[in-house]
Amino acid sequence: MLTKRIIPCLDIKDGRTVKGVNFVELRDAGDAVEQGAIYAEQGADELVFLDITATVENRKTLVELVRNVARQINIPFTVGGGISSVQDVSALLNAGADKISINSSAVRRPELVDELALQFGSQCIVVAIDTKDFGDKNVVHTHGGRTPTELITEAWAYEVQERGAGEILLTSMDHDGTKAGFANKLTSKISNKLHIPVIASGGAGNMEDFYDVFTDGAADAALAASIFHFKEIPIPSLKNYLNDKGIPMRLVPSE
Amino acid sequence: MNIAIIKYNAGNIVSVTNTLNRLGVEPVVSDDPEVLKKADKVIFPGVGEASTAMEYLKERKLDQVIKSMKQPFLGICLGQQLMCLHSEENNTECLGIFDLNVLRFERKLKVPHMGWNKLLDMKGPLFHGLEVEPYIYFVHSYYCEVGPETIAKSEYMNDFSAALNKDNFYAIQGHPEKSGHAGQQFLDNFLKL
Repeated sequence: MLTKRIIPCLDIKDGRTVKGVNFVELRDAGDAVEQGAIYAEQGADELVFLDITATVENRKTLVELVRNVARQINIPFTVGGGISSVQDVSALLNAGADKISINSSAVRRPELVDELALQFGSQCIVVAIDTKDFGDKNVVHTHGGRTPTELITEAWAYEVQERGAGEILLTSMDHDGTKAGFANKLTSKISNKLHIPVIASGGAGNMEDFYDVFTDGAADAALAASIFHFKEIPIPSLKNYLNDKGIPMRLVPSE
Repeated sequence: MNIAIIKYNAGNIVSVTNTLNRLGVEPVVSDDPEVLKKADKVIFPGVGEASTAMEYLKERKLDQVIKSMKQPFLGICLGQQLMCLHSEENNTECLGIFDLNVLRFERKLKVPHMGWNKLLDMKGPLFHGLEVEPYIYFVHSYYCEVGPETIAKSEYMNDFSAALNKDNFYAIQGHPEKSGHAGQQFLDNFLKL
């Protein structure tokens, strides 16, 4: 049976992770490759590296980082942040990224999704959607959730699927950072309407939140950052918990 | 050991090369028939679309070269599908090494079949040292039928061929180069054939 995926997200600035992971095994808390490798060993199903500076000068650093990650990590990983052209994507995929994620650039020019899917295949194109709940509607935001757009979240998710996105990374800005659980209602609405996988993000606070997003939220994968970084929830414990509650999980045999 | 990776327009060549490097092997990436014929083992990777990949192979006569290979040969993902008879992906005639068709998944569940799934009923030396039902990472919208050449199955809406073997030709639908220790062990087993 296809398992649900647990995906830690690492924020990158100038080629290094921003929120330090306090793993005891870690020699350098800012070394993204080392952190990613530890997550992979612990049973993470995929990794996401998000370049939060995403300036032109940092592109080369990011490509170099991707090259190093690809050399050392043997599970799939996605790279996002400031990607806006076919050339950007080509450089990152050639460096060894398995998927890339676009957000603001797709909103600015939706045809980019079609172009990337045609050139590289849908399987490596993730469209990240940052959404905010306005009571009567859910609105897509860009620039890290700061700028509202005219787009309604559910309609935008459907549109990018039709344009060739292979996966949706749905982040609820209302839930992000609250640790009060994922946006299950909206996630399930979108996941049930689409035929491509949906990764839920924003709000993970405890293990039950993951159970809820895989059941009530109908998510195919769940992404979180700080709760993994600060070891509030160790990945092996989370996966064992979910597996015991009947969620299909890939359990990594202990060495 | 001289390992060649077939260079063509559908590739996860970087990932496969990285994994082989971790296993201590530096592969040659080439579309030169002479280089490929001389290799001890040949890997045929693939991420992409079937008809454009087949066209590219035919233009360079690589289709004939592949079929005439006598050394251990491993197709990965689209590589496996191209080694079958025919693919529903843009109605493509494939290499015909395996006497099986490639069909499109129905959309009863999410398509592509993306993520980690179990290998079932594994047979043969490629699975030596793996756990009983190991997890492999898959990303695909088309699948190979199950037949006598199936050496591992997997299940997503229906059973499909997760790995195939006929004579010196082997193939796997998932991505061993992205499947953690299990995938690395699988590739190591191929290198030891």
